[in-house]
Amino acid sequence: MLNMIWFALLAVGITYALFTGNIGAVTTAAFSAAANAVKLSIELAGVLCLWMGLLKLAERSGMVNIIAKVIAPIAGWLFPSVPRDDPAFFAIVMNLAANFLGLGNAATPFGLKAMERLQQLNPDPTAASAPMITFLALNTACITFIPTLVISLRAASGSANPTSIISATIMATTCGTIFAVIFDRLLRRHYFR
Amino acid sequence: MLNYISLLAVPLILLLIPLYALIKKVPLYETFVDGAAEGWTVALKIMPFLVGMLVAIAVFRSSGAFAALANLLSPFCRALGIPVDVLPIALMRPLSGSGSLALTAEVFERYGPDSFIGMLASVMQGSTDTTFYILAVYFGSVGIKKYRYAPAVGLAADAISFISAVIVCRILYS
Repeated sequence: MLNMIWFALLAVGITYALFTGNIGAVTTAAFSAAANAVKLSIELAGVLCLWMGLLKLAERSGMVNIIAKVIAPIAGWLFPSVPRDDPAFFAIVMNLAANFLGLGNAATPFGLKAMERLQQLNPDPTAASAPMITFLALNTACITFIPTLVISLRAASGSANPTSIISATIMATTCGTIFAVIFDRLLRRHYFR
Repeated sequence: MLNYISLLAVPLILLLIPLYALIKKVPLYETFVDGAAEGWTVALKIMPFLVGMLVAIAVFRSSGAFAALANLLSPFCRALGIPVDVLPIALMRPLSGSGSLALTAEVFERYGPDSFIGMLASVMQGSTDTTFYILAVYFGSVGIKKYRYAPAVGLAADAISFISAVIVCRILYS
């Protein structure tokens, strides 16, 4: 599916640009996006090092296992194929907590750590496993309590009450997340029988 | 109050994890550095996936196809009672976080952040994440090639979040 989406973005974009005489802009945009992607991953590297270091401390001290035990009832329901006190759950909880609080750049390192652990449990390492997709569903729907970026943009744009959107955001994001979990369940049953 | 929690979260984690490790007599600094070394490898691993994804999105956007798509869909939007001005944000949100944030800023400039459209744009921007970035980076970091039904779940969740945002904003703000 991603292959098709990727190709469609390129093919539709280039065809459209050919007909509208926008093709010069496409070349520039493609090169600058490539450079930006590298810049973004380098910037991410620093934050990744910081959180990966802290995670290692949490692992060695056993903090990881405590958290995993605490959330075992919910985690067991969401991720039935992952062992109940697996260290993956610590990274998952930290990732979701970072999302709740709107700390985008703290969420990614924990998310990547969770993926790394889920990959070790994956029977087919080239294909996404059921727990990976459940985790991604939670992530893209991304239940958010404090959308920090939006709040700061609102404040910068002269809003009288930048945080007034918090309650509405919580409601919308909760609907999205509940739906994502249900939809994931249905598709999982269909794909992994 | 909620903002305060958000502000304190990172410093608190930076304190609590090492504190607990100290109590458990883990060699603090060596362990931290040992883990931090992995950060660089992960960053390198996700780089090609980011390049692929961001280039395709940039081509689509700069060609004018994105704006044309938004135009094409606007009659459906009107029929569903969704303000046409927020449609580009809804379409851009799963593709690019910075792109949709820029579109949100444009809406703020034109209508003001406290207008109905401004509120709706804020809720849309805040209630989902950049699905394609997450797919590319998370799956890329562990070498997953077959995404199975993950994009379907992610995009469907985005759509539901946006529709919920419209409904919630209509109830609360208009």
